[in-house]
Amino acid sequence: MTFIKKSLTTAVALAATATMATTAQAEISDGEIRIGYLADMSGTYRDLAGPGGLEALNMAVEDMGGSINGAPIQVFSADDRNSADVGANTVREWFDTRNVDLVSGLVASSVSIAATRVIEENNGLGIVSGSAASSITNEHCTPNHIHWVYDTYPLANGTAKAIVDQGGDSWFMLTADYAFGHALEGDVTRVVEDNGGEIVGGVRHPFPTDDFSSYILQAQGSGAKIIGLANAGADTVNAINTAAQFGVVQSGQQLAGLLVFLNDVYAMGLETTQGLLLTTGWYWNMDDESREWAERYYERVGRMPTMVQAGIYSSTMHYLQTVAELGTDDPVAVRAALGERPINDFFSRNGRVREDGRMVHDMFLAQVKSPEDSEHEWDLYEILATIPAEEAFRPLSESQCKLVQN
Amino acid sequence: MTMIFGVPAAVFLGQLLLGLINGAFYALLSLGLAVIFGLLKIVNFAHGAMYMLGAFATLLGMRYLGINYWAALLLAPLVVGLFGMLLERFMLRRIAHLDHLYGLLLTFGLALIFEGSLVNFFGVSGARYPTPELLQGGFQLGFMFLPKYRAFVLAAAIVVCVFTWFMIERTRLGAYLRAGTENPALMQAFGVNVPLLITLTYGFGVALAAFAGVLAAPLYPVSPNMGSNLLIVVFAVVVIGGMGSILGAVITGLAMGLIEGLTKVYYPEAANTVIFLVMILVLLLRPAGLFGKEA
Repeated sequence: MTFIKKSLTTAVALAATATMATTAQAEISDGEIRIGYLADMSGTYRDLAGPGGLEALNMAVEDMGGSINGAPIQVFSADDRNSADVGANTVREWFDTRNVDLVSGLVASSVSIAATRVIEENNGLGIVSGSAASSITNEHCTPNHIHWVYDTYPLANGTAKAIVDQGGDSWFMLTADYAFGHALEGDVTRVVEDNGGEIVGGVRHPFPTDDFSSYILQAQGSGAKIIGLANAGADTVNAINTAAQFGVVQSGQQLAGLLVFLNDVYAMGLETTQGLLLTTGWYWNMDDESREWAERYYERVGRMPTMVQAGIYSSTMHYLQTVAELGTDDPVAVRAALGERPINDFFSRNGRVREDGRMVHDMFLAQVKSPEDSEHEWDLYEILATIPAEEAFRPLSESQCKLVQN
Repeated sequence: MTMIFGVPAAVFLGQLLLGLINGAFYALLSLGLAVIFGLLKIVNFAHGAMYMLGAFATLLGMRYLGINYWAALLLAPLVVGLFGMLLERFMLRRIAHLDHLYGLLLTFGLALIFEGSLVNFFGVSGARYPTPELLQGGFQLGFMFLPKYRAFVLAAAIVVCVFTWFMIERTRLGAYLRAGTENPALMQAFGVNVPLLITLTYGFGVALAAFAGVLAAPLYPVSPNMGSNLLIVVFAVVVIGGMGSILGAVITGLAMGLIEGLTKVYYPEAANTVIFLVMILVLLLRPAGLFGKEA
């Protein structure tokens, strides 16, 4: 039995080496580098990635000169409408009819999980920039995709831990009732309890919800010090607005937004969001390098970039540079080379791509400024602390990814 | 503490009050739909978009023309109502003789166009409209903190609903209207300008939606998709109340707000579906709706 197993493994290893050898010689397939950008272009998640993310991608392509070794870089895009079906079918079509080399964007977690399966079937390459679910590089990991910007693990680790450390030790959870919300709630519960806090109650609200008044009233009645928002996008915005109307902060409770994007804070305004703690992968105004890139983006789009939009530029740039260095766009070779490359640029500090596909990099704990401290309309966060790359994300020792030997 | 079904009485009362306030929104929106359907037989899928346009008119009016909230409360419904009349005159009228389905498709398409165009300019995050100064803060009721603005919404919605019901059911103009839709040829023969009456009615129904939009502007982020989220619920309310029944729409709207409010306490996971469960039950037991007349 062991003999058979051994010879099988050897055969597989040999076959793999053979493929590697042929691909290393391969040049750029079809004489073109084809990047497909898949994102929510019109719905709830439009503003955090959407058309702005596509513009960031185009910036990276232009900064590379529009071609590599004479092979032009072609970009096309599609709206996934936050539907896993639409997303998976689009990616399948891209493989079947356009020989796509890189699938980029990927926002709603459900779409990303479905799309990365198709990418794996076709042995292609995908870089997920917008999604939150940490399962994308845990139980749903594949050798064919990378998760670039953030996930639920550091969100809980950063924000929840900081709040418990400041004395916010009793929590009421407002959770979006679907996979992402449950995952985030689980991560937060773990962090709060590990640090000596307690979850005193919670509500799982339907996704999406417009009217949060009833849930806010329940949270007020719970007596918890902290109301944790395990939701995203419009739900978070609505919950925070409603809390402001019901005087939650004045009555001594504090809100913890666990997934808050720059565009959310901008939309709600500082009057409503001031003091909110949040974890972010990047902030446009954090240093000169970031500012410089953000100003360029602003000139083209008219809005400051979110961490996701910056991450799309960063990931595309690393992809294109790797292709240029290798002289091939073969997905296996590029994926392997990305894993060996230090990921450092205006977006990522101390970054590297792990074997599970997680791009770990420094994350940041930020606080929303008060209207008096803000110098202009996009001056929204103050960075309070850095969460080092190796502490921020789920350690490989806890990983359930099939690519990780545990 | 007194408990009601395992929930402290204070929380229970608070939820009832909030449910009533949400119900007032449903009532206002379903009222407009019921007027348009009951009198014109148009299934107005653009109703949500009109509500959204009302909120946007308020927001943009303040931003670019300096129109304050109180003026917007009058002006936004007027502007959006006029816009609705143009739609009726130049689009809906051309297909009025066809099956209802065509009107539904036309209004649905229009709604998608309005929403899509605004998404293009404003994105989907939505903008915040400040609560008018006079209505900031709130009342400490003992069992809950009631923001003044929500109390105002409840009062305003009820006043408008009663006014509309009175106009249509108890005045001469309302009588013309009902007669004109029942038998347009006969009314025309009596010298009543029926087409004008229909245009005005559509405009009025749309203005009601826009009015609800103005009320919503300080409560929810003003975003292009705000109407489509609400529209389906409002349609369910109209179906439960009985398509076209004006009193039915108002009472059902308030009642559904209450039922939804209680669901949020006892089983929040079902809060978005409970209204549809009621709708199925009503359709099974009373297909014409609670207040509808059997055909």
